[in-house]
Amino acid sequence: MSIQEFLQHVANGTSLGSLYALIAIGYTLVYGILRLINFAHGDIFMLGAYITYYGIIYTPIPWWLVFILACVLTGLVGLTLEKLAYKPLRGQPRITILISAIGASFLLQNLGVLLFSGRPKAFPTPAILSRTLIIGGVSVSLISIIIPIVTIIILAILSFIIQKTKTGMAMRALSKDYEAASLMGIDINGVISFTFFIGSFLAAVGGIMWGIKYPQLIPLMGVMPGLKCFIAAVIGGIGNITGAVIGGFILGLGEIMLIAFLPSLTGYRDAFAFILLILILLIKPTGLMGEKIAEKV
Amino acid sequence: MKNNNLLKNIIIIILALALLFILNITLDSYKVRIVNLCSIYIILGLSMNLINGFTGLFSLGHAGFMALGAYTVALLTMSPQAKEVNFYMEPILPFLKDLNMPFVLALIMGGLMAALFGFLIGAPVLKLTDDYLAIATLGFSEIIRIIIINLQPITNGALGLKGIPPKNNAFFAAMLGQTPKINLLWAGVIAIITIVFMNLLMKGSYGKALKAIREDEIAARSMGINLFRHKVMSFTISSFMAGVGGGLLAISLGTIDPTLFKFSLTWNILLIVVIGGMGSIKGTIISAIIVTIGMEALRFLDESINLGFMQTPALPGLRMVVFSIILMMAVIFKKDNIFKSTLKKARGRYAKD
Repeated sequence: MSIQEFLQHVANGTSLGSLYALIAIGYTLVYGILRLINFAHGDIFMLGAYITYYGIIYTPIPWWLVFILACVLTGLVGLTLEKLAYKPLRGQPRITILISAIGASFLLQNLGVLLFSGRPKAFPTPAILSRTLIIGGVSVSLISIIIPIVTIIILAILSFIIQKTKTGMAMRALSKDYEAASLMGIDINGVISFTFFIGSFLAAVGGIMWGIKYPQLIPLMGVMPGLKCFIAAVIGGIGNITGAVIGGFILGLGEIMLIAFLPSLTGYRDAFAFILLILILLIKPTGLMGEKIAEKV
Repeated sequence: MKNNNLLKNIIIIILALALLFILNITLDSYKVRIVNLCSIYIILGLSMNLINGFTGLFSLGHAGFMALGAYTVALLTMSPQAKEVNFYMEPILPFLKDLNMPFVLALIMGGLMAALFGFLIGAPVLKLTDDYLAIATLGFSEIIRIIIINLQPITNGALGLKGIPPKNNAFFAAMLGQTPKINLLWAGVIAIITIVFMNLLMKGSYGKALKAIREDEIAARSMGINLFRHKVMSFTISSFMAGVGGGLLAISLGTIDPTLFKFSLTWNILLIVVIGGMGSIKGTIISAIIVTIGMEALRFLDESINLGFMQTPALPGLRMVVFSIILMMAVIFKKDNIFKSTLKKARGRYAKD
């Protein structure tokens, strides 16, 4: 393998990893606060991509504005989902809420099939973003460079929100101790809604960039990325945002490198993530950056 | 009293068998197929309920164990000729080609294969709890599916296996001058055996131990219940039943391929368990029948409907949307019943919540 080829794979892996990271942040935020695997997160990601598709094709709005509006709209969908499917079950056994989340995921997938039809759609990539650059003999699509940059910027903004603002403080309080936080007068519903909004917003950002990078939309496109990003969140230590980003990069780079160095294992690409998940659960269940939670009697 | 119950149960079983026999003769082959699916889904529903409802371990790996059972049964019952026709991309492994067993033995082997993997997977994974367990078992089920896709010389990869010999009621059909249909008694008898087994298991000390684990692991452990052993046992039995169910499914469909065993199959069974009530045997049986028939009866939703004054366009996917909504309704509005009703029964009426 020449050095050019290797760099090519690194570039691919980095951009895939950044996409995983973006979606994984949504999982980690929700899990941190509600202790819930939001199974529908991957399907929210799918919705984000489809909303953008319809916005660009059927409205005269410029593409950059469509991107922003689609993210906001998807954020609102996520928020509504929480109100309908998770809020009525608050305080129930975790399994019950998990079942509701699985139901919500299937509902969104099937709604996708119903509304958008099962036939694949080509994502309308704006011409500016579909260019390819050649840097030092390595040809890199512009979007592969944009994705990691966007991810890093978003990570910085999110860290600021969580560490420095009042809402962020409330989020941290909720994830530490739900009941104590509510006794301190924190608006729990507001904070949870905000969390779902942010998570779904980021899923939509991921969905749009995914659409530009892999321009084929199908209603089930969110299933595999959804599961993999959850795995990324677990690898990094669920509940920890930096961990989610690291997990995303590990998964993205690992997957691309696996195919690059061992092409005979290409068929097992999707299994790689699951094997990694099971290994990490058995060796270090709290993930790379997670904190140990003691079992209380 | 006890004898009365036994007698009552035996009569119910005989009646059920007679009913199956009559349905087998009177219904057309499409409806017979659906009744057969009901029996299979009863087995699968009970097997998931054993682990999810009774033991309280949320496992989402059913499709994987069913795939193991289905492929084992298919490969053991297909004739060498049929295998040769299937494996045109790459020949099948020589020792598998001539391997052939009677149906019942193949079914048991299918169950054992699933149980073996259930045991191997369960031993490390069952240390996890709640949602981690769910995602790990889901992961294993996907890994099994991906391995099946890639093991061309054994499983025929993504092409799947076609021409699995069906179990028909050829003898009675010939007597009555009908064309042979699926023999309902196979799946029916196995479903009845499963129901009886589950009832006995849950009444016995093992069943009580499993319920204790569901209610409170720490309390159960301090009562001297070996958590790990009971969990692995429950998981292995559940896998065995899933394997048998998968094998029956393969026989009744005649064709299997890896896409059949996606997560949505697990979801179908979860739907049955949730609607029937976690930890309820009767509920699972009833909901398996309702859901299976409902899935077929609501097929008209996907097609165009003539409302008299207008023709609605065909809406593929509407049926599954309806089922997703039903599942969520069942979870959201039955929230108290799912876990607590069985709990209350177990505690007796004098206990406080």
